[in-house]
Amino acid sequence: MASKVIHAFYTDDDVLMDAVKRVRAEHYHIEDVFTPFPVHGLDKAMGLEHTRLAITAFMYGCVGLVVAITMMNYIMIEDWPQDIGGKPSFSFIENLPAFVPIMFELTVFFAAHLMVITFYMRSRLWPFKEAENPDVRTTDDHFLMEVDAGHHDVNTLTNLLGDTGAVEIKVIDKQEDNH
Amino acid sequence: MRIKIIISTIKNIYIDMYTLSNRLKLASFVFMAVGLIGLIIGFATRPGSIEDVKEMMASHGHDTHAVQTHNDASQHDASQHEDAHSGDAHYEHVLHQLQNKPWAALYVAAFFFFMIALGVLAFYAIQIAAQSGWSPVLFRVMEAITAYLVPGGIILLVILGLSGFHVNHLFVWADPEVVAHDALLQGKASWLNGGWFIVRAIIFLGGWIAYRHFAVKYSRKQDEEPTGNVWYKKSFKISAAFLVFFIYTESMMSWDWIMSFDPHWFSTLFGWYVFAGLFVSGITTIALVTIYLKSKGFLEFVNNSHIHDLAKFMFAISIFWTYLWFSQFMLIWYSNIPEEVTYFITRIEDYQLPFFGMIAMNFIFPLLILMNSDFKRLNWFVVMAGVVILCGHYIDVFNMIMPATVGQSWFIGVSEISAVLLFLGLFLFTVFTALTKAPLLAKGNPFIEESKHFHY
Repeated sequence: MASKVIHAFYTDDDVLMDAVKRVRAEHYHIEDVFTPFPVHGLDKAMGLEHTRLAITAFMYGCVGLVVAITMMNYIMIEDWPQDIGGKPSFSFIENLPAFVPIMFELTVFFAAHLMVITFYMRSRLWPFKEAENPDVRTTDDHFLMEVDAGHHDVNTLTNLLGDTGAVEIKVIDKQEDNH
Repeated sequence: MRIKIIISTIKNIYIDMYTLSNRLKLASFVFMAVGLIGLIIGFATRPGSIEDVKEMMASHGHDTHAVQTHNDASQHDASQHEDAHSGDAHYEHVLHQLQNKPWAALYVAAFFFFMIALGVLAFYAIQIAAQSGWSPVLFRVMEAITAYLVPGGIILLVILGLSGFHVNHLFVWADPEVVAHDALLQGKASWLNGGWFIVRAIIFLGGWIAYRHFAVKYSRKQDEEPTGNVWYKKSFKISAAFLVFFIYTESMMSWDWIMSFDPHWFSTLFGWYVFAGLFVSGITTIALVTIYLKSKGFLEFVNNSHIHDLAKFMFAISIFWTYLWFSQFMLIWYSNIPEEVTYFITRIEDYQLPFFGMIAMNFIFPLLILMNSDFKRLNWFVVMAGVVILCGHYIDVFNMIMPATVGQSWFIGVSEISAVLLFLGLFLFTVFTALTKAPLLAKGNPFIEESKHFHY
């Protein structure tokens, strides 16, 4: 289904922030904003939902902790108990202090790695992936706001974007939904 | 009348001065009075002779249990009573412990409230030395809490003097009879002796209180003459110098005032461990006082991002404390060297509930409660976590001091609760009186606008 979007270019992050707030105040839908660097507060201005990555990190950490406990219990207690430093490993709880560093490390390891992988998947990034970036200048010194023009009057929208300080405005017909 | 009240309210808000409410004043005096009476009872009801001890133990049905599971906790016994398990020697031992108990309770509470003020002082110095932009709106709260250093420090010095010169029996190294039979204590006598011990205490306390005096003075002067930031630069310099002084003296303080209760035992990270405890207690107290003042309508320039940052510190330093606690514990537990591991065996066998309970309160509870970002902005969550953290660190100090002073004869009784109430009352009175002495906003601080607009 063909959809019409407008690409508005900006050269300053403060101008961009004001523009985002103004466009949202006029009830237009911002599809996305492409910036050469993270702009502080942009997510809030765009009204994006708070990330749930932290919750996944907590769950991955719990998985790591469980893996460590299961693994240490099997290796050190059940399968091949060893007498280390006069402490024979016949009981998990009595040898717990020795396992805490491993439990800690695996918690961090699982949380960190799985969180990064989740982030890549959620951002649809993987090796050899073609960039979804609509204009290469956004990797250098330009900021791009993509506004959905579907049911709106293109001229009014373009004028509004011009007023907000956009240096360049393009109307794009998207042939396919790349989401 | 009503108009007058309204005018005075407006005036208060306008110049932003805190006035000590009568209720708070009354509460702190009641705490002090009740605490003092309780302590007097605690000291008066100490057993005077072996017969008293026998009577007490018989009436509590402790007799057989205590004799059978008796385990020499302190070096005192190990050296003095080789055959302490027979006859009256055991009762005499319990007698000494029970006679020590009110002293130890007094010591724990005195140190605990002092360490809160000291932790806040270190935090304050770090904020200034780091030229932090988020925290200047909280400076007056921190300055007020550190006011407790003076009365708290003087009382602690008196208790240290009494202990160091063997008026009570808190420090075994202060007992010449014990030292005479103990080669290790003789070896350490050049460091652990009453005179040098008190001189060190005076140097530590003098240095900290002097820094506090000048830092607060410069902060007030900066409000009066903010041009050129002359006073701000001075406070930056002394804060940086103080931090160097502090990290050495704090470490030595922890050997002197806590580790020397077990003078045969030593741990090289003990100074850091005590530091983490006092730091997190101090930061927690800043958060609690700030939230209290906000609930009374003061500090309107403190927003929930400031509370969030304080809660992040509470969370982070709680974990830092746990890291140090575990680092100390695991190495000693694993290597299992007799002279080191007795420290933990005593605590695990005789102090099981406070020992493991404190880890739950100081680590697991704050970890789970303060992990979520949104919870750190909810005042009641921060208060709940804060109260548990403070109780947990009281128990931590309790665990560090009690095993060597009262051994198995510990219990949270009249003396312990009274001592806490006494110092709590003094702390509240000193801190909130100090708050009335200056405007609640350090308006001359060059970062004050950044701090007011701090938003995360």
